[in-house]
Amino acid sequence: MTRLPVQLWIGAALSTSLLAAVLISFLWTPYDVTTLNIAEKLKAPSASYLLGTDHFGRDLLSMLMEGGRISISVAVLAVGIGMGLGVPLGLMAAANRGSWLDEVIMRGNDLIFAFPSLVIAILITATFGPSATNAIIAIGIFNIPVFARVARGGALTIWTREFIMAAKVAGKGKIRISVEHILPNIANLLIVQGTIQFSLGILAEAGLSYVGLGAQPPTPSWGRMLADAQTMIYTTPRLAIAPGLAIVAMVLGLNLIGDGLRDLLDPRIRRARE
Amino acid sequence: MIDLQNLSVSIHDTPILQDVGLSIAPGQVIGLVGESGSGKSMTALAVMGLLPRGAKASGQIMFDGLDLNGLDDDALCSLRGRRISMIFQEPMTALNPVQTIGDQVAECARIHRTISRDGALRLAAEKLTRVGLPQDRVPLDRYPHELSGGQRQRVCIAMAIALHPDLLIADEPTTALDVTTQAQILDLLKELVAEEGMGLLLITHDLAVVAGMADRVAVMRKGKIVEQGETEILFRTMSHPYTRQLLEASNHAPAGIAQPSAAPLLQVNNAIRDYPLPRTRLLGPAPQFRAVDGVSFTLNKGESLGLVGESGCGKSTLSRAILGLEALQGGDILLNGDPISPDMDTARRAGLQVVFQDPYGSFNPRWKVEKLVAEPFHLLGARPEDWRDQVRQALAEVGLPGEAMTRYPHEFSGGQRQRIAIARALILRPELIVLDEAVSALDVSIRADILDLLADLQAKHGLAYLFISHDLGVVRNVTGRVLVMRAGQIVEEGETETVFTTPQHDYTRNLINAAPKIPPAWRTA
Repeated sequence: MTRLPVQLWIGAALSTSLLAAVLISFLWTPYDVTTLNIAEKLKAPSASYLLGTDHFGRDLLSMLMEGGRISISVAVLAVGIGMGLGVPLGLMAAANRGSWLDEVIMRGNDLIFAFPSLVIAILITATFGPSATNAIIAIGIFNIPVFARVARGGALTIWTREFIMAAKVAGKGKIRISVEHILPNIANLLIVQGTIQFSLGILAEAGLSYVGLGAQPPTPSWGRMLADAQTMIYTTPRLAIAPGLAIVAMVLGLNLIGDGLRDLLDPRIRRARE
Repeated sequence: MIDLQNLSVSIHDTPILQDVGLSIAPGQVIGLVGESGSGKSMTALAVMGLLPRGAKASGQIMFDGLDLNGLDDDALCSLRGRRISMIFQEPMTALNPVQTIGDQVAECARIHRTISRDGALRLAAEKLTRVGLPQDRVPLDRYPHELSGGQRQRVCIAMAIALHPDLLIADEPTTALDVTTQAQILDLLKELVAEEGMGLLLITHDLAVVAGMADRVAVMRKGKIVEQGETEILFRTMSHPYTRQLLEASNHAPAGIAQPSAAPLLQVNNAIRDYPLPRTRLLGPAPQFRAVDGVSFTLNKGESLGLVGESGCGKSTLSRAILGLEALQGGDILLNGDPISPDMDTARRAGLQVVFQDPYGSFNPRWKVEKLVAEPFHLLGARPEDWRDQVRQALAEVGLPGEAMTRYPHEFSGGQRQRIAIARALILRPELIVLDEAVSALDVSIRADILDLLADLQAKHGLAYLFISHDLGVVRNVTGRVLVMRAGQIVEEGETETVFTTPQHDYTRNLINAAPKIPPAWRTA
């Protein structure tokens, strides 16, 4: 049995503990985050409120647990949309390099790239109404060209290798070669890009929620918590630090997992470590 | 002038060089010969003070009374490029692709001397002319990609000699070049040594190259110099068994060339392959480049046919067409009378397999050997029930143990990988295997083993080989008939021995004359 990379353990520990807290929130939170209790507002951390309360007297820990739902699911789904559509498009473009299909896909990509993503996301949420679903779609669409480009660029270098020629001699078609040979060899690129896009997704959701176009009150999200805390950053910095740390920990954990997976998936590095 | 004494290098406690002693006088050419991993490049890097991180050197590198081992980096920097310089194997990667050749040659002068930009460029022009790149043909403002491989290597040489170094280290300077270009570059180096009176350390794996170039030869093996002496005396006596072994391996001929049957297997009739070039105008058709221009030949069952030519002559393009990977623009290719094309049925494709040059690039690094070798089973639709047994048997035939099946390609040496590639080509029992420079990247002793293996397999299974190579020596030893290709056309065809002893075409004659040779008289002893 091969030993797992250390960063994978640390990353997994960080992100699973956060994820566990978020999952527990579906069953139980210390306090209900939708009821306001002005009498208890801005309480410092104590035994009853582990992280204290905000300016409406809501328990910060409960908000953090529930707020992660939106943040994480928006980021996960947006990366999923980007990978699920972008990678096949990029592989297709690379397999048919120089053909009209390649041109259509890549010029379509350029078209999406040509628009500032946050502005379009605002446009989409403004047109279809502000909601978490629309935020997912908006962020996800802008992930497609990112993954398509990374996939195509990585795939093009793999296509020139001799083992691809050997696969062609074995009678394999473009689709099969793309899936069997190209995809595993660009997986490391995609994983790294995936973790980066995931972090950007969390940040984009925070941005959209910040301007009021993401999760709607009273549903908390890490982004909205940050936005709400902004006015009290000097008096009660804890309100901003808590969701900020949650975002940092999640992003860091996922990046570490990404690095670890990349090493784990590469037999050359894996053997070297044994 | 330079004198290595008891030079030892270890990297993280692994000994790389042991007690290397070597001295070079001005105007002298020292050939350092060895197989890959023997430590010959490390010796050069040690002299340059460019050992990789983690390396420890002991012993002395005396350069005009100064011990380079132990000098700090600043002192070494002032020597490098000025008094000791180096040229490398791959002239494309040794040059900066976004800088003009004039600037690159001038840069060296500007680092070491206070000289104006114009003065440095004048010096660059002079040096480039000296190495055979006169300004009226190759102006200073050319970029590396606009030059041929041989011209790029000349630029590298111009950079190296810009400041009259005392010592020039050439690490495999002609390995990446064609034979005719190699001959020109070697001539140039010889001239420069004689004129400038510098010492030349010529590092190569090719005994024939040093035979024609070096005054003294040192043979290196596993970090030690096993033998050194005057070139002619060394070649005549061959006192160390390893030297003898190297020479024999470099000239290895497998026992007996297969006798082909008269039945044609592969017929190529007037094949034409055009490539579209980049468009020069927005509209209108892209210009075409004719890579294969009306090639016709026949390959009989069980025959070994050689195809030689320099890079860019179209031999690899032709091989891709023969493998049915690319469509022809004219003519046809028949295998057992059936046409070959990219959309032919899988059964016909199963009769054709290929072994490539690069033992590192020809496998998906993420697959295990058993899956790699079994890949051609795709042509049968599904893997047969006993596919693992068949893979094991194919590996056994190429001399690899069954436990290799569950390992990854990077765990094998270059020679072993080439065996895996042969096993993959063999698994469906094809009638024809295209060997596209299949032994060119291997060390001579490993190359000899692989050639023997190929000969054995041919005798056993009645395989036909199309042996594509730029290496005339190997083609001469393993093929019965040979085709000489140039600029997309076959310029000469015939029995290998006849072609080599009495070449008819000027180009063939040039190729044969350009190939470095060990003088036959030296071998009598």
